[in-house]
Amino acid sequence: MWYYEKKLQYPVRVGVCNPRMAKFLIEQYGGADGELAAALRYLNQRYTIPSRVMGLLNDIGTEEFAHLEMIATMVYKLTKDATPEQLKEAGLGDHYVDHGKSIYYHNAAGQKFDMCIQSKGDPIADLYEDIAAEEKARSTYQWIINISDDPLIKDSLGFLREREIVHSQRFREAVELLKEEQQKKKVF
Amino acid sequence: MATYRKWYTPYVSPLDPCPPLVPVSYETPVQLYLGFQPTGMKQFSPFEALAHGTLWPGLFTPYTNPYASKKRRHDNDG
Amino acid sequence: MAEPKPVPESYYSDLKSLQAIDFVLVELTLYLDTHPNDLDALKQFNSAAKKSAELRQDFEAKYGPLQQFGQSLSAYPWQWKDTPWPWQV
Repeated sequence: MWYYEKKLQYPVRVGVCNPRMAKFLIEQYGGADGELAAALRYLNQRYTIPSRVMGLLNDIGTEEFAHLEMIATMVYKLTKDATPEQLKEAGLGDHYVDHGKSIYYHNAAGQKFDMCIQSKGDPIADLYEDIAAEEKARSTYQWIINISDDPLIKDSLGFLREREIVHSQRFREAVELLKEEQQKKKVF
Repeated sequence: MATYRKWYTPYVSPLDPCPPLVPVSYETPVQLYLGFQPTGMKQFSPFEALAHGTLWPGLFTPYTNPYASKKRRHDNDG
Repeated sequence: MAEPKPVPESYYSDLKSLQAIDFVLVELTLYLDTHPNDLDALKQFNSAAKKSAELRQDFEAKYGPLQQFGQSLSAYPWQWKDTPWPWQV
């Protein structure tokens, strides 16, 4: 089971009232390479991954929910005090008509979250998928940073991007662990 | 010491509609070079770690908007 | 209707102290998942976990429970449901 903790992983701040940023950020909420997809993928793969990397999948999957909450916090803060007119100007008119001020699991183009979560049941295929997913999420953060002019948003996105790098590093190590000859005892 | 950003210049046609925005960059962060993380790597303090998004300076790869950097370098070409 | 009181200024710095030590624990957890025999990292993990528990206790005494389902104690009346939630501060 999980315990919720009443705090964000990182002190998220939003400096500029810019609802258009929310439209971009939602990519990492309900997009194909977003935090929800990542969390669901790892927590689903953990059941059929070899025991020695089960814990890693479990823990990275759990951390992804903390990142999802950071993104949601930014989106919420950017839109909660916007008028319908401002939302329309920000390109969120369609969103507003369907969902009001609610946050929603869709990507920056408004496409609903796709449940096609990759899970092959082959440890190497799954871990290579996960490494690729972390690199794709890293690039998405880079693209959002490139079109953002709010230093505080960029600060939080910089944190999230670095987390993708660390996760990718750990998944690469997981591959190394699974490649090891079984008789050999590795000394760290 | 690896560099974490590479550049290349694609072919520029005289018939291209927009002025060329070259060279083009892509990121090559530290996880591509580190291998299995060695033990005992230097650490950030807890506050610095939170600010950097990692506990280890050796895993930190900063990112800035490449379009904003006025000085563009040709590290490699291809 | 009375507007809810904003958190005191100290909330943000106290929260950040807790976030910092808990982030060290996240990093060490993922590291130990792939380096289970690193004794120094394990010792650091255990000492950071103790430090986090201390900060947590002080934080909860000042601002209310951090976890639910019995992982944190509550004063009367029931505090868990109180605002602000993390996305509101």
